[in-house]
Amino acid sequence: MARFSPDNEALARRIVDRYPVAKSATIPLCHLAQEQDGYLAPDAMEHVAELVGCTPAEVLGTASFYEMFKLHPVGRYCLNICTNISCRLLGASELLARAEERLGVRAGGTTADGTITLEDVECIAACTEAPALQVNYRYVERVDAAALDALIDDLRSGTGRAEEFPPHGTLGLVRQELGPDDLANVTPPGEQVEPVWFARNAAPTDEGAS
Amino acid sequence: MTDQSTDPAVPRVVSSRFDVADAHTLEVYRTTGSFPGYAGLAAALERTPDEVRESVVAATLLGRGGAGFPAGVKWGFCPPGVWPRYVVVNGDESEPGTYKDRMLMERDPHQLIEGALIAAYAIGAAQVFLYVRGEMPHAQERIAAALNEALAAGLVGRNILGTDFSVDVLLHWGAGAYIVGEETALIESLEGNRGMPRLKPPFFPAAKGLYMRPTIVNNVETLANLPWLMHHGVDAYRAVGTETSPGTRLIALSGHVRRPGVYEVPQGTTTFRDLFHDERYGGGIRDGNELKMFIPGGASAPWFFPEQIDLPLEARPVGAAGSMLGSGAVVVMDETTDAVEACYSLVRFFARESCGKCTPCREGTTWEEKILERILEGHGRPSDIDLLLDVADNISPGPYPVAADPEHGLEAVPFPPKQTTICPLGPSSVAPITSAIRRFRSEFEARITRRDLIPVSSAAPGAAVTGGDDV
Repeated sequence: MARFSPDNEALARRIVDRYPVAKSATIPLCHLAQEQDGYLAPDAMEHVAELVGCTPAEVLGTASFYEMFKLHPVGRYCLNICTNISCRLLGASELLARAEERLGVRAGGTTADGTITLEDVECIAACTEAPALQVNYRYVERVDAAALDALIDDLRSGTGRAEEFPPHGTLGLVRQELGPDDLANVTPPGEQVEPVWFARNAAPTDEGAS
Repeated sequence: MTDQSTDPAVPRVVSSRFDVADAHTLEVYRTTGSFPGYAGLAAALERTPDEVRESVVAATLLGRGGAGFPAGVKWGFCPPGVWPRYVVVNGDESEPGTYKDRMLMERDPHQLIEGALIAAYAIGAAQVFLYVRGEMPHAQERIAAALNEALAAGLVGRNILGTDFSVDVLLHWGAGAYIVGEETALIESLEGNRGMPRLKPPFFPAAKGLYMRPTIVNNVETLANLPWLMHHGVDAYRAVGTETSPGTRLIALSGHVRRPGVYEVPQGTTTFRDLFHDERYGGGIRDGNELKMFIPGGASAPWFFPEQIDLPLEARPVGAAGSMLGSGAVVVMDETTDAVEACYSLVRFFARESCGKCTPCREGTTWEEKILERILEGHGRPSDIDLLLDVADNISPGPYPVAADPEHGLEAVPFPPKQTTICPLGPSSVAPITSAIRRFRSEFEARITRRDLIPVSSAAPGAAVTGGDDV
């Protein structure tokens, strides 16, 4: 199954309705599809295209630009080791080499049991906590060899810290709740409507610009 | 983890709740920190939108994303009478070395939402899009929860705080692409497309942005300044920092210092020496080592060396000295650092992240990476150093910004560089190359002529991994 489930399709439609132009929902819907299936399948992209009103090729065109969208199945856990400057200065290259050795795959590869995909990634904005890595985009900071070994053992066995990480594709566990009735004044791009409060500019307050 | 300056004379404009438990909740946001939560919005709503914008101009609030353009002036570029307008919050923090916007989003999401609302009020926006980097689900969760709370409390949506001001705020998130931090690429991404920058002119976002409508794209930290500014006023804001760069900046200090961390410092009055050595900040270079070089403003910034350590953290002097403060990312490298490998790491980043739209960047960064890779692997050719500089010159022609080197009688070339590309990504790849070659040419030559020097990253399996212990 790679098209949206009925529940996810309903959620997808609510997301589309929040945007002035439906195609803006392409990336959020691709994330939703990846959350459902663990990767972004061709059927899912067709379904996204139907929902945002473009062609499946356009969805593929967008999705293939972004590193987080996996067009083929990946491991349950994506282990992303940052090797950019701040992390590299504190041993990230050695950590990556160690992970490759322990997992028996090079960066970009997935272990034979389909558990872990190892990636060599660029800066993940944890520079002061270097060297840092992410598991399914959840941070693990100030990692040393022993911590890496323990983490890999947990991910392989699905115990310990592995329980902190939802399956690959899961983004925020809290969603914004914004129904159609909550929207104030979404104006289609074609309409010329000045916001009501802008009329205040005609009568400046006494305070003026301080 | 985040040690802050405790100097009572320095107000914490944006980081006052970083160490407060549950500061991400509305209740704690309202009752703690350097201003009462949503008091800045209330103060703004008592003035006209133009007055709010004028006070942001008067405060000289400079953009904190990298370019340092005055936010209020940028808002004024919206063509009159063209509607609807949009505010887009740039939370796609990915510049190597930069870690501040994620902290602002995770630890104080209401402050950012309040700042975005003030901007939306001032320009007359119909909708705010909070674009958060895809790889930051925790930040997305915190913002989603804060927006849900704010909606229930009447702080976003219709008739905010019981006034005629209404605006929808929508959390949007990316999917992994550094270039989306460039504002026109971010708009393309928000429209559901590949994140490739648009040509400017004509596509200046303030005139032709999202859906070809006037759009203001502001960095997270820029907007996070607004609630404090509105509550305490322009004079209080200008009392911090310097005349041309008022206020504070969040600096992510990383690399070879004893106490790496995110520190809020007043602009202009703190020097790099203070930042590296003061016990309130970096606490000195690790292991008592010597400083070799440092990056003052993210991967795109030309490197500085020990001679530049007494420069203040302020845009103008740093720019005149040949670099930039950029995104507030300071990376310290001590004497043990391999300049060639550091250069390679930064150049590889730009090669990987080039969107491919402009030929000089797409081809040039790829060749820069390949040449550096073969030098590191021991296959460098004697002509490679000049070849690197030649490829770099095709991306950014002419003298590239670089720090002075008094020992060799070389003058500084001021920032910014010239470019043959639509956006600054390609030219940024030149920064580490010119910085490293001009200063450490002998290290490159040694790599090329001495084949026994092989990459640092080839540690034997099972070898101890260094780092972590000494920070």
